[in-house]
Amino acid sequence: MKKLILALVMINLLAACASSKSRDADEQANNGSDSAMTEDSATGSANAAAIEAQNLADAEAAQAAEEAASQAALTPQSSVYFPFDVDTIQDGDKAIVQAHGAYLSEHADRKARSEGNADERGSSEYNLALGQRRADNTKKALVLSGATADQVDAISYGEERPTDTGHDEAAWAQNRRVDIIYP
Amino acid sequence: MLRLCSLIILLCMALPARAVLDIEVTGAGEHQTPIAIIPFDGESALVQHISEVIKSDLLRTGLFKLIDPEGKAPHEAKDVNYADWPNVETLTIGQVIQLDNGRIEVRFRLLDTVTQTELLAQAVSSNKNQARAIAHHIADSIYAKLTGSPGVFSTRIAYVNRLHKLNRLVVADSDGFGEHVLLEQKQPIMSPAWSPDGKSLAYVSFEQGRAMVYSQSLRTQKRLLLASFPGSNSAPAWSPDGRELAIVLTHEGSSQIYLMRTDGSNLRRISFSEAIDTEPTFSPDGSFILFTSDRGGSAQIYRMSVKGGYAERLTFEGSNSFSPRFSPDGKSFVFAQFKGGRFYIAVQDFSSKQVQVLTPGGWEKKPSFAPNGKLILFATEILGRGILATVSSDGRVKQRMTPQKGDIREPTWGPFDKQ
Repeated sequence: MKKLILALVMINLLAACASSKSRDADEQANNGSDSAMTEDSATGSANAAAIEAQNLADAEAAQAAEEAASQAALTPQSSVYFPFDVDTIQDGDKAIVQAHGAYLSEHADRKARSEGNADERGSSEYNLALGQRRADNTKKALVLSGATADQVDAISYGEERPTDTGHDEAAWAQNRRVDIIYP
Repeated sequence: MLRLCSLIILLCMALPARAVLDIEVTGAGEHQTPIAIIPFDGESALVQHISEVIKSDLLRTGLFKLIDPEGKAPHEAKDVNYADWPNVETLTIGQVIQLDNGRIEVRFRLLDTVTQTELLAQAVSSNKNQARAIAHHIADSIYAKLTGSPGVFSTRIAYVNRLHKLNRLVVADSDGFGEHVLLEQKQPIMSPAWSPDGKSLAYVSFEQGRAMVYSQSLRTQKRLLLASFPGSNSAPAWSPDGRELAIVLTHEGSSQIYLMRTDGSNLRRISFSEAIDTEPTFSPDGSFILFTSDRGGSAQIYRMSVKGGYAERLTFEGSNSFSPRFSPDGKSFVFAQFKGGRFYIAVQDFSSKQVQVLTPGGWEKKPSFAPNGKLILFATEILGRGILATVSSDGRVKQRMTPQKGDIREPTWGPFDKQ
């Protein structure tokens, strides 16, 4: 019974951790883009949490989960946004990245993914490169804030996975983005 | 019941293979050669009417005016009365002969009605179900005879078609028939690149969660994972001798250009910048590489030796330039120019440095030359849907090929078929 409660707590905590991401996930579902690659959807996290919870049976793990929850509360947003053809993290987003870096520093067992994206202005290859630079710069900032390089995988989807498939500035602004996720 | 089944099967077999792409041609060449293509004797027994395929091929070039034969139907040279054809310059006649073992032989003649001479006479045989290939071959012969350039009707194109959340890597005949799906998956596919012998495609697939470079044999379907370094692996391009690939890797910093053998061995880096260097493409003689770089502050086209070293900036007009490809004669290159919020297809001459914008502008990307250098294939959009388009290299003749289904991206024109 204790194990079951713990599992439920973990699911809630991790759902909170993924809450910022779920907005994107919802948008993706709405505009019908590929959801198979979005393994960080709410369901995926819940499944992962259930498996993880089975492996954690002591109070230490519960403590770690509580810390995760407090960090999640500190960093409710896990996406950072960029101006057109820019790959440096904007001042307004630095605190978010620092909070994730600090969290990773305190939880050496956790891994994160920095996923870079670009809007559709440019060739697909240039945008893949631009998304990679955004992801790499975000990874560097996470490492400067205490994460180790091994903890963060930086990848790019270029213009291939837009959250907003529109062809205007509002859509493009949503797609010039790095998502920091915990797979 | 059995009879009904066989009737249905017969009906299915009798249906002509539908074009996967609907084609619309606009504009015309300066001089259109008036030509009559007479329906070939015996072709009504075939699923594909040879003369119809030839007509459609020639029409798409914008260089020919098709004249209605108005019921006149000579099939052999002795039946032709030149006085009957005052309004045409050339006449194509022919016949289809059924051979044993399901094979056919097609004999055709191209006649000059002005000089009253025979320009071409050929007999081509193949399996009955390859009537389209025969027709493309005949159209290529006619085109070559009348224009002096080799035809590209028998060549193939490759592209990515997104349909129902699936990405499909497709190879098709240059007229959109004969679609063949090489790879189908939910994850994105990018940047197909033809090997110079036309037997393989290299491309980028995200099937393992991030961009990696693969090559695949068209005949055996066998795949090879060529590059899976950390970060992105992308932008494959074959050297003209088919022995090496240029690719772009990010594991040592920003996107940089590398060369490797076609089995993935002997990797070495040839670009050394802090910037994005991507979209490498070889010159026809294999000595130069064109690529896109933002080292000057915006994405522009650069040229460097295949050995690396100094890179010369080539484009200055427009806010950004992308996706360069050499013309087959090596004298110019085509690229996508981004200007005022729109993409245009443009050609720049190496010696005069003059830029000619070929298209009206829109969402026009990823240009590639036909192997005869006369046409340029690119991706554009209509109502938010990706379609294929071509423009003649002088900008005069444009055609759009609208897929019946899906959203087409990343087209690339294949090489001449080396028999």
